[in-house]
Amino acid sequence: MNVLLWVVYPYLAMAVLAGGLIWRYRYDKFGWTTRSSQLYETSVLRWGSPLFHFGVLMVLIGHIGGLLIPKSWTEAVGITEHAYHLMAVFIGTIAGFSTLIGMAILIARRRLTGPVFAATTKNDKAMYVVLAAVIVLGLWATVRANVAGEGYDYRETVAPWFRSLFYLSPDPEVMAGVPVGFQIHIIAAFALFAFWPFTRLVHAFSAPVGYLTRPYVVYRSRDPRPGLRPTRPGWEGPPQLPTRNRD
Amino acid sequence: MRVMAQMAMVMNLDKCIGCHTCSVTCKQAWTNRSGVEYVWFNNVESRPGQGYPRTYENQDRWQGGWTRTRSGRLKPRAGGRLKKLLSIFANPKLPAMADYYEPWTYDYEHLLTAPAGDDTPVARPKSLLTGKDTKVTWSANWDDSLAGGNEIAAGDPILAKISDTVRQEYEKAFLFFLPRICEHCLNPSCAASCPSGAIYKRAEDGIVLVDQDRCRGWRMCVTGCPYKKIYFNHRTGKAEKCTFCFPRIEIGQPTICSETCVGRLRYIGLMLYDADRVGKAAAVKDEHELYAAQRSVFLDPNDAQVVAAARAAGIPDDWIGAAQLSPIWDLIMRYEVALPLHPEYRTMPMVWYIPPLSPVVDILRDTGHDGEDMDNLFGAVDALRIPVDYLAGLFTAGDPAPVTAVLRRLAAMRAYQRRINLGEQPDETIAEAVGMTGQQIDDMYRLLAIAKYEDRYVIPAAHAEQAHRLEQLGSECSLDYEGGPGMGGSGPFGESSGTPAPIDVENFHMLRNRQTADSSAAPDDKATRVNLLNWDGKGRPEGLFPPKTDGGEA
Repeated sequence: MNVLLWVVYPYLAMAVLAGGLIWRYRYDKFGWTTRSSQLYETSVLRWGSPLFHFGVLMVLIGHIGGLLIPKSWTEAVGITEHAYHLMAVFIGTIAGFSTLIGMAILIARRRLTGPVFAATTKNDKAMYVVLAAVIVLGLWATVRANVAGEGYDYRETVAPWFRSLFYLSPDPEVMAGVPVGFQIHIIAAFALFAFWPFTRLVHAFSAPVGYLTRPYVVYRSRDPRPGLRPTRPGWEGPPQLPTRNRD
Repeated sequence: MRVMAQMAMVMNLDKCIGCHTCSVTCKQAWTNRSGVEYVWFNNVESRPGQGYPRTYENQDRWQGGWTRTRSGRLKPRAGGRLKKLLSIFANPKLPAMADYYEPWTYDYEHLLTAPAGDDTPVARPKSLLTGKDTKVTWSANWDDSLAGGNEIAAGDPILAKISDTVRQEYEKAFLFFLPRICEHCLNPSCAASCPSGAIYKRAEDGIVLVDQDRCRGWRMCVTGCPYKKIYFNHRTGKAEKCTFCFPRIEIGQPTICSETCVGRLRYIGLMLYDADRVGKAAAVKDEHELYAAQRSVFLDPNDAQVVAAARAAGIPDDWIGAAQLSPIWDLIMRYEVALPLHPEYRTMPMVWYIPPLSPVVDILRDTGHDGEDMDNLFGAVDALRIPVDYLAGLFTAGDPAPVTAVLRRLAAMRAYQRRINLGEQPDETIAEAVGMTGQQIDDMYRLLAIAKYEDRYVIPAAHAEQAHRLEQLGSECSLDYEGGPGMGGSGPFGESSGTPAPIDVENFHMLRNRQTADSSAAPDDKATRVNLLNWDGKGRPEGLFPPKTDGGEA
C-alpha cells in the first residue's frame, strides 16, 4: 500500500503531467489559453484574480523552498529551524489565505455572473473542485499542525521523500508516519498534477517571462507553408485533377 | 537604410455614404462566428460620434498607443514590460463588453411556435452571452448618422477638445462617416504589448497578424491598440484582428472591404519605407511634427538608390514595380491629400484618409453660395474653423495647417474640373494657388474620381514560387494538411480546441475577371440564356440545356 501510494501513484501522476503537456502542446496549441472572462465582468475579477494568483505564486515559492531545498542547506547558512518555521508559517498562512479568499471570490463570481457562468465548462467545474480541494487540504493540514497543534516539521519527512522521487530511489517508508492531513493533501496534489494538462490550468506553463527581454515589435516572415499543405514529392509528377471512380 | 515594403490603404472620405457594406462583407468573411459576435474588424463610424467601442479615442482613459518618456524614448502608454506582467491577472484598462455592446439574437422560433391568438407574436431579443432575455441598448453603430443627437455626440472625445460654443455650431454644420480597419502600423503598440510575442508584423508586406497558436489570451494587446482594433474572442480566449485579408492580398486581390466598397473610395498599394528611421520618427517631441515625420520615413520607389537598396533587401522586382505604381504613394506623397488617423498615438498608422470637403461644399450650397467656386471654397475652408479643427483632431494631432492645405487642394480640384466640365478654358492659376500644375490636378482628379479597379488596387502577389499551392484547382484534398485529421468537429476541450482548419481560399480568379471585365453585365452568350423565372415549366426553350455533343448522353 505504501509503495502504491508513495511510489507508483506519484510517478504515474507525473508521467501523465509530462506526457499530457507534450500531447496537448502538439495537438491543441489553439486551445492553450487562459480563456479569460474579464470581458464579461471586471470589477470583481480585479480583486479576486490578483489575490488568488499572487497568493498562489507565493505558495509555489514556499513549496519550492520547503520541499526542494534540503534542511541542511538552510541551516548551513545560519537559519535555525525555529526561525524558518516561524517565517514559513507566518508567510505561508498569509499566502494560503489570500489564495483561498481569492479563489472564493472567483468561484462566487463564476457562479453568480450570468455570462461567466454560461462560459464555464464541465471541465472547468471539475478542475475547480480538485484545485479547491488541494488548497483547502493543504491549508487545513498546515493550520491544524502548526497553528493549533504543536508544530510539524515536514522538512524531515515529506521533503526528503519528495526529493527521493527525483533521485529515482523513492523512499516510501518515511511517508507512512506523516500525519493524515498532509498525506491527503499530497495525494490530492498529485491528482491535480495529473489533471493539469487537460484543463485551462495549462496557461501556467506559458507564463510570459520572455517578454521582459524581448524587443517590443516582433517581425516574422510569411508562413513558409502556404495553404498548410505538405510538399509534394517530385517523383509523383505534375499535379493531377482527381479522378472519380465510376461504379 | 533598411528598406521594407508595407501594404497600405487610403480611404477617400468624400465618397463614403455610410452604407456599411464594407462592415457587413467583412463580418461575413471573418467574424461570422461565435465568440466574435460583437467584433467588427471593419466598422463605419459617424462623426461626430463616440465611435466603437465607445470613446475609444480617449487615451487618458484607455491608455492605448505609445507615450514619449522624458528621455525621448517610446514606451506603451499603459506601462512597460514589468508593469504589464504585474497587471496580467486583471488588466485594469480592458474595455468591458458594455463598451462594445452585448451581442444578441432574436427568438425567431417563437414566431413559429406561438399558439394562435389575437396578438402577433414577437421575436424577443436574447443575449448571446447568457441566452436570457435582454434589452438592446447599444451596438457598433448605434449613433449612426448622428442618431441620438447631441446627447450621444457630446461624448465624442475629439469634440470634447473643441470648446462648447463652437460645438453647437458644429453639430448643426456637418456629419461624415469614418470607416475604420486595423491600421497595420509601422510601430504597432499591440505587438509591443503582447507578452507572448504572438502578434507580429509580417516582414514581407507589413501586415500585422495574431498567431492563434501562440496567443495565450493575456489581453494586453486590446489595451495596447489605441484604435481598439484588437478584439478578444470570448469563446476561444484568443485575440483576433483585421488580417488585411491576407489570403486575398497574397494572390493579388484587394481586401473584401475594398472589393465590395460601393463608393469605390478605398485604394490599396505598397509603400516602401526605411525601417531604421521608424523608431526615431515615432518619437519626435512635438505631436504636430508626427505627420511630417511619418512621411519622412517613406522612400521614393522611383529613386535609383532606393531601388538598389530594396533589391539588396530582397524585395522582388515586381514588388518594386508595384510600389512605383502605388496609388498610396501618389495620394500621400505626390498630391499630399491623404492624412494618417491619429498620428499622436505614435504608432505610425498605415491606413490613411483623404479628409472630406463635401460638408464644406454643402454648407456653401445650403447658404445660397456657389459651392464650386474656388474663392468661395477657399474662404469657407478658412472660415469654417470648427470642421477644420475637428478634422485636425482626427488626422494631424490638432494642427489645422495640413488639413487646410488638403481641403484647399480638393477645393482647387473641384473648381478646376468644373471649368473643364463646362467647356471653359482650364485655369492654371487655380492649380498654382495650391502649388500644383494643371496636369497634376487632372491626374489627381483621375485617381480620385474615375480610377479603374487596376488603378485603385495595385497589389503584387506574394512570392511563394510554388504555383501549385496558389492555383485554385481542387487537386488535393482540402483536409489534407499537416498534422490534421481535418474532419472538422470539435476537440475534447470545447469547440475552440484542436488544430484549426486552414483558410479555404476560394476561386478568386473568377471574381477578379468579373471585377475587371467591362462587360460583366452583358455576357457574350446572353442571347442563348434562359431566364428560369420566366419559364413556366413547359416546353424546352432554346438554351435551357447546353448544346448536345456527339455521343453525349444529353
